[in-house]
Amino acid sequence: MTKRHVMEFERPLVELESKLEELLRLDLGENPELAAEVAGLVEELDRLRESTYTDLSAWDRVQISRHPERPKSQDYLVSIFTDVIELHGDRTFGDDEAIVAALATIDGRRVAVLGHRKGRNVRENIARNFGMAHPEGFRKAMRVMRLAEKFGLPLVTLIDTPGAFPGIEAEERGQAWAIAESLALLSGLRVPVVAVGIGEGGSGGALAIGFGDRLIMLENSYYSVISPEACASILHKDAGMAADVATCLAMTAEDLVGLGIVDEIVPEPLGGAHRQPDVVFGAVRERVSAALRELAGLDPDSLVAARYDRLRSIGVIEESAG
Amino acid sequence: MSISDWFKAREARRYTSVEGERSVGAEVPDGVWSKCSSCKRIVYEGQLIENVRVCPHCGHHFDLTAHERVALFADSGSFEEFDAGVGSTDPLGFVAAKPYTESLESARDRSGLPEGIVFGRATVGGHPVVLGAMDFRFIGASMGSAVGEKVARAFELATRERRAVVLSTASGGARMQEGMLSLMQMAKTSAAVRRLAEARLPYIAVLTNPTMGGVTASFAVLADVILSEPGALVGFAGPRVIEQTIKQHLPKGFQSSESLLEHGMIDDVVPRGQLPARVTVLLDYLAGGGEGS
Repeated sequence: MTKRHVMEFERPLVELESKLEELLRLDLGENPELAAEVAGLVEELDRLRESTYTDLSAWDRVQISRHPERPKSQDYLVSIFTDVIELHGDRTFGDDEAIVAALATIDGRRVAVLGHRKGRNVRENIARNFGMAHPEGFRKAMRVMRLAEKFGLPLVTLIDTPGAFPGIEAEERGQAWAIAESLALLSGLRVPVVAVGIGEGGSGGALAIGFGDRLIMLENSYYSVISPEACASILHKDAGMAADVATCLAMTAEDLVGLGIVDEIVPEPLGGAHRQPDVVFGAVRERVSAALRELAGLDPDSLVAARYDRLRSIGVIEESAG
Repeated sequence: MSISDWFKAREARRYTSVEGERSVGAEVPDGVWSKCSSCKRIVYEGQLIENVRVCPHCGHHFDLTAHERVALFADSGSFEEFDAGVGSTDPLGFVAAKPYTESLESARDRSGLPEGIVFGRATVGGHPVVLGAMDFRFIGASMGSAVGEKVARAFELATRERRAVVLSTASGGARMQEGMLSLMQMAKTSAAVRRLAEARLPYIAVLTNPTMGGVTASFAVLADVILSEPGALVGFAGPRVIEQTIKQHLPKGFQSSESLLEHGMIDDVVPRGQLPARVTVLLDYLAGGGEGS
């Protein structure tokens, strides 16, 4: 069995759990005192479990969103879609495995799916660059957006990336150009677009495929202009301040509903989506299907106009005569 | 009025009756000089003005303010600013290291501007345009709600009034103090640029030093023709972030406008003094219809 991944905030809980496990391995039949202690511990553990996983801070949620066992776009593809046909390549440079593109069916509705793709282990993560796309990844996404538009397939996107890859080749091949063009294309795409935040929503690399007519977020996913670590090292010259900064940045699903950016939140099981992935898959499938149903009746002109108004309304300014 | 004349006039204004205590007159005082930050040689203010703030020794392009930038391109007296009253608030109550409200206040004091971008109607070489410029002194001309709103309105106005857009960029990227509201401005501005494009109206961007992050990755590079000044740093990720990620030093000239030209990302690198003429000719082609004059 592989070692369990322990998040910072659940450490006291995990320590208590392993203590209890040790006790339970003992034969308690002849020791009523110890048995009573165990019963007490079990109760304490329940209380601690409840308090550990409720009222989570933004930083706690960031850790859950990055949990190695958290369901990835690939898992959603096989769990909530059927008849999945993966599409490869940007037709210009290569096939960026950090982005997955597919034709798929959800509750009987044919759609195109785009997602950031993280790996489940080191080997996969190296191939997929930890879900950080190069320009060819965004160009592959754009190719599939155009394909969806051409054949009238609604688009479902799954957001889960630390960000667009910051590297020499990525810059030389026009990372900024690829993201900008993807934003412009997506903003005017003449088919319904439903975006779902399933994990990390890191900045421009997330946004490139991360908005549409509906934006749904998992309870413990985040979406942010900058990673809390990077923000802390710029503002405090100390990445250790990330926990504080995460709160300031208003990056949780709940914060973003408050800002009018996110439409709905899919609740997660206590402790995170990885605890009961099937429950989460079921809920996401239901929400995505419902959103697609609502949008299906709109003609392309009204759809694009509404998407524009939606983007247009985001922001808080003050205005004086001048 | 030529560009150099305008700069003379502007300098004259700056040296006239500043805060009512100095009255230096209409001439730049003799002997006012600064050191070129690139070649470290002495440059006289008069030379700089004459040379559109380009070092006469090494060709280094000094930063321009938004209004200097506008004056570089606008036909004399044609610029009429709009949406000048749009400014930022502090929607998240953001406090990290220092409160965002303080950063905004000191940026306003330092620049004399309500935000990091200026837009107006103008003519450039006789073409009616929406002319815009960013001012790096204002929190690195980063894009929050107000900058995003001004960009969106400017492109909408240009679409309505059938004007071309000429925009000089300079920015550190998205403004972190407004969190996701800033990130979403990337999508909002890109959508507005798309509408101008659908109306078949030209957009010419001039990327100046530095243009980075969320501004590069949205409205800045969606132009029909992209020009840049010599030696400008233009990219998505900052050089330090890249160095930390790949754990090696970056090659010399990486993310410079010259290197972007070599990699096919921009149309040309044009020295500042030649920019207005170049933009005019481009507008002749793109906004003038098929009939040559």
